Amino acid sequence: MAIQTSINGKAVTLSAEPDTPLLWVIREELGLTGTKFGCGIAACGACTVHVDGEPARSCSVPVSEVAGKSITTIEGLKSADGSLHPVQRAWISAQVPQCGYCQSGQIMAAVALIEKTGRPSDAQIDAAMTNLCRCGTYPRIRKAIRAATGQAAQAVEGAV
Amino acid sequence: MTDTPMPDNAAKAPLKRKGVKRRAFLIGGVAIVGAGLFGISIADRNAAKDAKARITGKGEHSFATWLKISEDDAITIYSPHTDIGQGSNTGLAQMLAEELDAAWDQVRVVSAPAEPAFANVGLGRGFIAELSGQPAIINGIPQSFLSFIARQMNLQVTGGSSALRFTGQMTFQKVGAATRLALIETAAKRLNVPVGELTTQDSRVIHAKSSQSLRYGELAAQAATLSLDNEPKLKDPTQYRLMRQSMQRLDIPGKVDGTAQYGMDFAIPNMRVATIQAAPVRGGKLMSVDTAPALAIKGVEKVIKLDDAVAVVAKGYWPAISGLRALAPSFSDGGHAGISTASIFKAHDALIAKGEADGEAGEGDVQAGLGDKPIEAKYQVPFLHHAMMEPFALTAQYKDGKLEFWGGMQDPLATKMMAVEVSGLDADNVTFHPMIIGGSFGRRLPMYMEIVRQVTQLAMQLPYPVKLIWSREEEVAQGAYRPQSSALLSAALTDKKRIAAYRNDYAQPESAEDETVFPYILPAVSRRHFAYVSNQNTGAWRSVNSTQQGFYNESFMDELAHAAGEDPVIFRRNHLKADSRHLRVLDEVAARSGWNTPLPAGRGRGVALVESFKTIVAMVVEASVGADGMPKLHKVTTVVDAGSIVNPDAAMAQIEGGTIMGLSSAIGEAITLEKGKVQQSNLSDYLLLNMAQSPLVQDIHFLNSGAPMGGIGEPGVPPAAPALANALFAATGKRIRNLPIMTQAKG
Repeated sequence: MAIQTSINGKAVTLSAEPDTPLLWVIREELGLTGTKFGCGIAACGACTVHVDGEPARSCSVPVSEVAGKSITTIEGLKSADGSLHPVQRAWISAQVPQCGYCQSGQIMAAVALIEKTGRPSDAQIDAAMTNLCRCGTYPRIRKAIRAATGQAAQAVEGAV
Repeated sequence: MTDTPMPDNAAKAPLKRKGVKRRAFLIGGVAIVGAGLFGISIADRNAAKDAKARITGKGEHSFATWLKISEDDAITIYSPHTDIGQGSNTGLAQMLAEELDAAWDQVRVVSAPAEPAFANVGLGRGFIAELSGQPAIINGIPQSFLSFIARQMNLQVTGGSSALRFTGQMTFQKVGAATRLALIETAAKRLNVPVGELTTQDSRVIHAKSSQSLRYGELAAQAATLSLDNEPKLKDPTQYRLMRQSMQRLDIPGKVDGTAQYGMDFAIPNMRVATIQAAPVRGGKLMSVDTAPALAIKGVEKVIKLDDAVAVVAKGYWPAISGLRALAPSFSDGGHAGISTASIFKAHDALIAKGEADGEAGEGDVQAGLGDKPIEAKYQVPFLHHAMMEPFALTAQYKDGKLEFWGGMQDPLATKMMAVEVSGLDADNVTFHPMIIGGSFGRRLPMYMEIVRQVTQLAMQLPYPVKLIWSREEEVAQGAYRPQSSALLSAALTDKKRIAAYRNDYAQPESAEDETVFPYILPAVSRRHFAYVSNQNTGAWRSVNSTQQGFYNESFMDELAHAAGEDPVIFRRNHLKADSRHLRVLDEVAARSGWNTPLPAGRGRGVALVESFKTIVAMVVEASVGADGMPKLHKVTTVVDAGSIVNPDAAMAQIEGGTIMGLSSAIGEAITLEKGKVQQSNLSDYLLLNMAQSPLVQDIHFLNSGAPMGGIGEPGVPPAAPALANALFAATGKRIRNLPIMTQAKG
């Protein structure tokens, strides 16, 4: 049974089996490989995409659940003119990525957080940014989120 | 370079002196004889031609293997190192472009082909120098690492924090400088002016007197026909404009917009996806499997039995993994069912108690110095998993007698040669295309590349290309772990609060001697290795043995300071050489961390000082115990002396991340065994530190003493665990001697 959905603003009809995780549909059927496979059990967040604006770990969302919904992947963050999203630009300024494999998911989680909170506090960053990074880029992720939302780069303990 | 290979004086002398034979450089039957300065052997003209042919097209000119200048001024640098996230390819490009005086915005860096012509002789030379008793220019790669190079001949390896120290300093700076001289010589002839009147800047040769200049691109064709200077004079650091600058990493833009292509992302038409399960007890074999349940799943095409594993081939990953999970394969245990975490610790204890060491290092009469009542403490650390974020994925295609494969490994050339061996094909019929790597930390080194064997075996029997993906479950269960290890530390103190004698008896598979720098000056010190090998694959985990040895020694130094009634910083100072680099690093971290300033109740500071890969790192961790009983990290202050730094911001990132990896392993990471089998299943029970658990503040400072360049990818890791454990002792009075810490410090 074909599933109708929208990916990065484009209507698509998917032929995958309904129990197939959204991640594998995005990667293998649509060929959008910016969304990564990390653990398959929603523990690491490398596969984070937006489903109707909410961050979702696509490895654990059956494609049948996104019928009729609007999905955004890392490839869909750029503006129509091809310019990077402000959060992506902040990621470059702060030189966040090392191996880079988790960063699509980190950026998608950060964009969702910023859209929701405007100017996230460190506590809100801690609560929302649960994606894992083995290279240990957390300080720079925090710095990039702060910079992208007009806050001083360096976090201060005890600040709200 | 020209088709005529260059003389080979530099590498020959040490080769002759100690009789290290050229046969040491046979890679799977392909000779890399001679080892010329720029990577092409004097004896193998074909290799030089081969390197050039592989990278140059019309209007492109090759210099010394590693550099290509195009007539449109584009500069391409071929790196023999795999950028596993550490940023070394940008650093290597900075080093070459600096000496070349290249315009930075025209420089790009790509992976060197996985071919013998691009074997990394800069690294090989360090190895030869060590074997021959000649000090390597920078002598910091552990002997064990070099000897495995000797065994495996994997001369495109990335590891040992070696890229900039060896390849950069021994090859890339010289390639840049020698090519610049050839471009100047060419310009002098063309402008008919003396060489001495010419300068270079931004990829141009300039004759200021006549206001003329020539682009590198228009000089390249002729310059490429000249012989390059083998030992060109390098710039004085005061002239640097690219090195020692925080140039933005060249790989980052593709990593923020999703376009960077990792091995996991590779696809070609008609490709199938496979996934695999190997014997859960390492050393076991596949006994039997009923393939029907997998074949009943839509999209599954084949179940393939290997000697020790079963693989499912399907139209995509989801049917493949669903098919694999539907199977109930029977594996033997290889006779290892009796092995457990507890049995390994028990065996360690017995070996140490017996006292027959497999190796000993140190000086002085330790036995006499320890006396009748030494202070003793037993430490234990678990197997650690690399947990790189990208699980293994390689794609292979066997077609028309040729095998081609794609993916990310730490040693592309050894990867190719392994596939040559497994397939039985000639080296000319096997091509490996290295891709970006989503983390490695030692996991993708040649001695444990079983996925190369697996994908080769699959591809050789399939009529279509196949991408083999390891599930995270497979990746956790089939690691090449940092070894589980135990140590019995003992020491005696004088009545003047000084250490009289110090002994470190440790048990694990291999000697840690090559990664252990014990900086303290003591009358008697002994390090004894007791060899114990389990059924597990163990190997290099970021900073290798320096992590557990750093934890043992720096925790025990803290215990001795408290036993002596001395402040831990002062106690360490009293055992360090006056005016030493170690002392300066320690003093600086004490000053920057506010070591003696008061802390809120419940918090403590701990210090640790570890040298690894020729870089000295001192760290002060400020920590308390959280409401959940887990360590809470408030601040980490770090002082680093790596001699000099090529890219300060990239180096900073390595220390930040290394510290977090060290803290992560100390707090929550452990691979445990029961009945010979790994008990952890995924990232849900192999616990990595997350953002909220990481220190909010990291203050990192580089001293840049000017000492020979040390490594930067690994040295941030080892001090983290002992500094944290010492901080928790200061906060709670509880001494942590077993990792991971988890809730051990809870009140």
